[in-house]
Amino acid sequence: MRSQQEYVLRTVEERAIRFIQLWFTDVLGTAKTFSITPAELENALEEGMTFDGSAIDGFSRVQESDVLARPDAKTFQVLPWHPDDVPVARVFCDISNLDGTPFEGCPRHVLRRTLDQAREKGFTFFAAPEIEFFYFADADPAHQPVTLDSGSYFELTASDLATDLRKRSVLTLEDMGIPVEHAQHEDAPSQHEIDLRYTDALTMADTVMTVRLVVKETAQRGGVHASFMPKPLAGVQGSGMHTHVSLFEGDKNAFHDGDDPYGLSPVAKHFTAGLLRHAPEITAVTNQWVNSYKRLVSGYEAPVHVSWARNNRSALVRVPVVKRNKFESTRIEYRAPDSACNPYLAFAVILAAGLKGIEEGSELPREAAANLYAMTPEELAAEGIRPLPGSLNEAITEMERSELVAETLGEHVFEWFIRNKRAEWTGYKTHISQFERDRYFPLL
Amino acid sequence: MEPLLCFPDPFPPELALALERAGYPWKAVGRPEHAESDEPEDGWSGAVVCAAPDRAAAFALCRVVRARDVPLRPLLLAVPATQLGELELREDQFDDFVVLPCAADEILARLTHLFWRTGRGLRPELIEYGPLVLNLETYQAAVAGRTLDLTFMEYELLRFLAARPGKVFTRETLLSRVWGYEYYGGARTVDVHVRRLRAKLGEEHAHLISTVRSVGYRFGQGSWAP
Repeated sequence: MRSQQEYVLRTVEERAIRFIQLWFTDVLGTAKTFSITPAELENALEEGMTFDGSAIDGFSRVQESDVLARPDAKTFQVLPWHPDDVPVARVFCDISNLDGTPFEGCPRHVLRRTLDQAREKGFTFFAAPEIEFFYFADADPAHQPVTLDSGSYFELTASDLATDLRKRSVLTLEDMGIPVEHAQHEDAPSQHEIDLRYTDALTMADTVMTVRLVVKETAQRGGVHASFMPKPLAGVQGSGMHTHVSLFEGDKNAFHDGDDPYGLSPVAKHFTAGLLRHAPEITAVTNQWVNSYKRLVSGYEAPVHVSWARNNRSALVRVPVVKRNKFESTRIEYRAPDSACNPYLAFAVILAAGLKGIEEGSELPREAAANLYAMTPEELAAEGIRPLPGSLNEAITEMERSELVAETLGEHVFEWFIRNKRAEWTGYKTHISQFERDRYFPLL
Repeated sequence: MEPLLCFPDPFPPELALALERAGYPWKAVGRPEHAESDEPEDGWSGAVVCAAPDRAAAFALCRVVRARDVPLRPLLLAVPATQLGELELREDQFDDFVVLPCAADEILARLTHLFWRTGRGLRPELIEYGPLVLNLETYQAAVAGRTLDLTFMEYELLRFLAARPGKVFTRETLLSRVWGYEYYGGARTVDVHVRRLRAKLGEEHAHLISTVRSVGYRFGQGSWAP
């Protein structure tokens, strides 16, 4: 521990770092930061920096609102871009109470706690998300979002700009030691995707936060707006964050079994069964906005039903076919989360649901053979296939009944989250939309 | 680093200045018997001996420090061109020599090389391998002159590997030697960090860390590499 701090302090000195950004995340997954100078750093590493938590979503409690940001020296990283040409570094923080105990509202802590549960069972949990997002001309909500390559007059130059921005983002990420597996233009106009190489879930959640920032920062420098909104445009695909997950026991992939027709071990099957069983309860976390449920509709490669399959992109869990001799990459893909989730909480509930399945030896249901979008509600019911929540309201109702989610998030986050989301739903419910005006105003 | 033994006292000022600038600590010794009495607690790091003007004393000093149980190395001898014949049958008493008068740069280049051969550096806190330089004192790493922004564990892993070029390490070994404690990632963490390191080294230098199939990782070339 000492040498990590020493490393950070020496690097700050050697590289003439002027500011150190302390990064952390609120309960809704918004990146928060405040900067300290090198003079304050040693003390921050030793004791943490006090700040008023009541200003942060989900941190506030009625009485004591001061909390400590404790830098995790392992995550110290010089930023490859220098705001105002001043060398700046960042370090992720855990939030703790003034007495040093972990603060219950800290999403990093929620994930750590769940990872500890996995470790007690001998497992390490890996995640590899595919992060989708859009580039738009600006961030003005007053008009329809303007894509960069919508077939307009400027298409050629503009689409080059988006590709260039994506490339620059990927290069910046690589400079920060974040290996990118693929990056590509997605199906919808102006939509792009960055696929990350798997790593342990805590590092990956930090990485997702970094990716969002880098993508937004790079776009802003290019004079455009990057958005991780789940469904910014009607009629085209939304932005998902399909997440590939696996468990390892030491050096060995615990999901792999060469003798199984699917290549899946009992551990993988129980995990998947648990995930499917608890999917409706955890959806409020993996898809936490009113807008998230505009993405989870039929026909846009987003899951709508609780199901699994090997080669069926309408399924909620997909089991990718693993190349021969690549068995260590055996994994399952959970396709519900969107790019605007809180990655710490999302990974925590996915893992908790899977672990529950292992614990209870849950039985994996039959593979969904057909295209689920094409099935009627009666056919789905006959197959015993349940739907995912259709709205934030339904999702919150499911979550509220969930012991699993309450245990995983902890009382503080669980209770605050439900209150916050109920308020969001109420706000939405009382809003009169353009849809209603277009349809009803001239007619009724 | 301990000081270099420099003979005679006063040591030629232009050589003293060169040592000074290159960062070598040094101490002038006036008489052969003082090589022992003036010796710092942790021993001399090496010696630069000028055979002019007092040739006899210079060779006497060489004999004294080389006749020890653990001979003083490296020893660089500076001799005037007219005295090259004196080197005959004294091969065991020095590691390299320069012909006086000589440029200060030559002395430094030879010292650097001698220290390299004895496995010690002017700055033992430096690890150099091809385009890669690690400064163990300041925790900074650079490849081809470009500073790398490493996290602590990436730095530690690179330092461990670069200090042992050509050796193959299993993931478990690396995990226990570099991380040394339980970590969320398990043995696969090593893969993840190697990947991150390669990304930061850049495509051109990513091969510095090679994957040895079904064993683990190696830094630099193996002795029997094709």
